[in-house]
Amino acid sequence: MNDNSSVGSGDPGRVRDRAFVRIGVLALQGAFREHRAALERSGAVVVEVRRPEHLVGLEGLVIPGGESSTIVKLMRSYGLDSAITAFAAAGGAVWGTCAGAIVVATHIDAFPDQPRLGLIDVAVARNAYGRQVASFEAAVAVVGWDQPFRAVFIRAPRITSIGPGVEVLARHAGDPVAVTSGTITATVFHPELGGDDRWHAAFVQRCADVAQARGSVAPST
Amino acid sequence: MNDTTIGSTQVKTGFAEMFKGGVIMDVVTPDQARIAQDAGATAVMALERVPADIRVQGGVARMSDPDMVQGIVEAVSIPVMAKCRIGHVVEAQILQALGVDFIDESEVLTPADEAFHIDKHAFTVPFVCGATEIGEALRRIGEGAAMIRTKGEAGTGNVVEAVRHARSVLGSIRALQAMRREELMTFAKQHGAPFDLVVYVHEHGRLPVVNFAAGGVATPADAALMMHLGLDGVFVGSGIFKAAAGITDPTERDRAFARRAEAIVKAVTHYDDPDELAAISRGLGEAMVGINIDDLAEDQLLATRGW
Repeated sequence: MNDNSSVGSGDPGRVRDRAFVRIGVLALQGAFREHRAALERSGAVVVEVRRPEHLVGLEGLVIPGGESSTIVKLMRSYGLDSAITAFAAAGGAVWGTCAGAIVVATHIDAFPDQPRLGLIDVAVARNAYGRQVASFEAAVAVVGWDQPFRAVFIRAPRITSIGPGVEVLARHAGDPVAVTSGTITATVFHPELGGDDRWHAAFVQRCADVAQARGSVAPST
Repeated sequence: MNDTTIGSTQVKTGFAEMFKGGVIMDVVTPDQARIAQDAGATAVMALERVPADIRVQGGVARMSDPDMVQGIVEAVSIPVMAKCRIGHVVEAQILQALGVDFIDESEVLTPADEAFHIDKHAFTVPFVCGATEIGEALRRIGEGAAMIRTKGEAGTGNVVEAVRHARSVLGSIRALQAMRREELMTFAKQHGAPFDLVVYVHEHGRLPVVNFAAGGVATPADAALMMHLGLDGVFVGSGIFKAAAGITDPTERDRAFARRAEAIVKAVTHYDDPDELAAISRGLGEAMVGINIDDLAEDQLLATRGW
């Protein structure tokens, strides 16, 4: 299932680089353990990030689901907001899921003052699919994948607009639910729930590409 | 592509996973809810009286007034939980209709049924239930609970019972992991636990749902202790808004509440960093006074409620 699963880059020949890929999971609050497990199953070395110094030597960072206002508050009180912005500016890959997608967005509808990193040019609306009783799971088609992905949406944010250069990887009921631009990815559902690791395998591949571009990993050929 | 499902076990237990490493705070007013949200709470529990006041005032403790719950739902953007009485299906239906995000079928309220808990599978909204030991935890999960918490002894500001319950549940998980398969049925029989869930714990070394601390957490150190024991997050009931009893100026008292709430949030994230915990624990002022469990009469214990 994990083969041929990378988004926008499907060269299985580079998969062996994954053993060298170091990925951080922001471990302030939320579903960081599930991301850690899925990334490890996909071949990455995983570091839990609680302080800025934990970002050193990483190719990528996952900002997990949880409560976005809690995560942002804890990020700011330990200087992780500016550290992650610098990490992304230096070419590190960043993937935000659910609450993490809110954290990486440039605009948060109705909460213009909520701190955010603004790494990807999208606007999101918090809890826009409704309260928990409206949370749902649904199969979504993903660009370049043969089989749909069973996505779990929990008090999910809705992507209400995307800027130029942002690519839509998946939609549900017409709305973008997975987007990417450069080295930044945002998914409003929870790829870490349900045991299908294709999104994680794709992110590990992307981080392997980052490592190769930086010269931190010798080319595998 | 159109097979959209609401209220599935995955959607319910997955939501509970999002609270991990976080603090859920009891609040009785919209103002307290905002203080909790600003301090970094992952959710609030909307109540009419915190457990410490239920103890003092006595009487029948019921589901909160819907207007009061609605006021808190409207005051914050984070998830809102509310409590119903053990076995009170209709209170749970009302809370679901109000749009609360999680229901606590709680021993802190006066039980409505002395034999049966609610069939939680029948609801779209997820439930959390208290447990003192593994059999109770697995019975609640068998009924459909998407989250388990220790009962502790709510409203005492004394963490000893929460520690006892955490050690009991987590110790039993470790024991189950080490058992041979043929020993599992007798374990299930002895603990009154559903056999399939006993097998799950044996195979996975954890409950199939998240497992939080509750009942008596009053300080950042208490919260970090519960994380240290291996729980996934913390409920704080009376510990925040019953602290700072000596401060009479309302603005000053709100500041003291906010400092304590924020410190407990940070302590849960950095529970294994003693230097950080030392810094977090300073300048918080007076904690809630607290009650020794031995001073409580048998009929004042809340943790014995639930079947």
